[in-house]
Amino acid sequence: MDQPAPPLKRTPLYAAHVAAGGRMVPFAGYEMPVQFKDGVLTEHRWTREHAGAFDVSHMGPCFLRPASSSGDLNADFEVIAAILEPLISGDIASLKPGQIRYTVLLNEDGGMLDDLMIARFPEPHHNGAYIVVNGATKEDDFQLIDKAAAPRAGFLRVDNDRALIAVQGPDAEAVISAIFPGVEAMSFMTLGLFSAEGVEAIVSRSGYTGEDGYELLIRNEHVDAFYDRLLSDPRVKPIGLGARDSLRLEAGLPLYGHDADGSVSPIEAGLNFAVAKKRREAGDLRGAARIAKELAGGLTRVRVGLRILEGAPAREGAEIADLNGSIVGRVTSGGFSPSLGRPIAMGFVPPALKAVGTRLNVIVRGKAHGAEVVAMPFVPHRYVRK
Amino acid sequence: MRFTKDHEWVALDGDVATVGVTAYAAEQLGDVVFVELPEVGKTMKPGDNMAVVESVKAASDVYAPIAGEVTQVNETLTANPETVNESPEQLGWFAKLKVADQTQVEALMDRPAYEAFLATL
Repeated sequence: MDQPAPPLKRTPLYAAHVAAGGRMVPFAGYEMPVQFKDGVLTEHRWTREHAGAFDVSHMGPCFLRPASSSGDLNADFEVIAAILEPLISGDIASLKPGQIRYTVLLNEDGGMLDDLMIARFPEPHHNGAYIVVNGATKEDDFQLIDKAAAPRAGFLRVDNDRALIAVQGPDAEAVISAIFPGVEAMSFMTLGLFSAEGVEAIVSRSGYTGEDGYELLIRNEHVDAFYDRLLSDPRVKPIGLGARDSLRLEAGLPLYGHDADGSVSPIEAGLNFAVAKKRREAGDLRGAARIAKELAGGLTRVRVGLRILEGAPAREGAEIADLNGSIVGRVTSGGFSPSLGRPIAMGFVPPALKAVGTRLNVIVRGKAHGAEVVAMPFVPHRYVRK
Repeated sequence: MRFTKDHEWVALDGDVATVGVTAYAAEQLGDVVFVELPEVGKTMKPGDNMAVVESVKAASDVYAPIAGEVTQVNETLTANPETVNESPEQLGWFAKLKVADQTQVEALMDRPAYEAFLATL
């Protein structure tokens, strides 16, 4: 028998979501809005054209700070990097104050335990790291990081006493800089500390929609005031999980638990950029032998983007066949692209079939529908780099 | 018009029943982006998969509420699936069935009974 599921948690914005007509569903252990009154298509398009507000408080923000400071903040951060690097694929030691890196948590076989963002705190407290992991995996991830940290560093999860809000879209800069002047000067993938009208926020210029935008970590006791102010801006609408998923799919971004899991290496997932050159050359990452072999041409499968040429959306689990009818892989994420007006998907295929333009079929309810390998992102990213 | 607990409606005209999904179902589905319709000539039993409605979020089956043979399908839904959201109980019909046993239609809920059922959800 399965264990009874633990009761669902609520984010500090639960009441605001219900009041805004949010349809609440269980997600990653929380009751979260899958959509609001306007529906997924309208919410998706609003985010691409204006600014969408996403409650991502189910995710796992945490801090890692030296247990005691040596007085040299750069030397302190080397300790933090030395704790984190054995767990992940990235180069943390080279992070400058306020810089964020997307990286991957690895198991002993070089498979992905999660994907995550690691930032170095901005000056003047630039000896610690701010980390955000996925909601569904956060308990395991936190345990792993906490265990690696002791006794050299202190680990602090802040998911229960703070809310995380993403504001995404072309109007995000104007909207957030009206509340926290200065955020307009930030470059994508940087972090800053801001304070205005009694609200403090750790602000990153980042997101998972392909749009420019910000993610703000705010104490629970301040979040209602911030969120009311945010939604009072006519350029902003609350956006649910449905549109969050269609936006990240169009952006070609993998969703952990779907497009990646413990069996998938970052090379198979097409995340080579997240496997740092320094780490490859040193061969000091978990599963180094497998990753080196895959990089040298020993891949058996790789994540690709598919444009579905006809018929129904091909969703997670749909088989991918070659033109001879042999099953060559599976769709890991798929759905209707509101921006392109047609179904798109991601899935894994043998490397011989990964070239853009390769014709394949996807099997939906027993019927083969034509599909074509296309470059990702499906919809161009619009990140702001300064 | 008669209704099922699966939120389909049936309108009988002679021995031809028009079948669709209710306004409640359309609202629950969200934005419909694709409809897979049955083949004309196919014979249905109550509970058979008659059609599939795809919203942005998910695929949902539509079941045949009664027995009958498919005589016509609403081709409009192929090009304009959003018709299901815009006019679920009129222009957004799915199929017409030649009904074998009209008492199957009469056995379904009438509108007050369906509305009472919705109130329990």
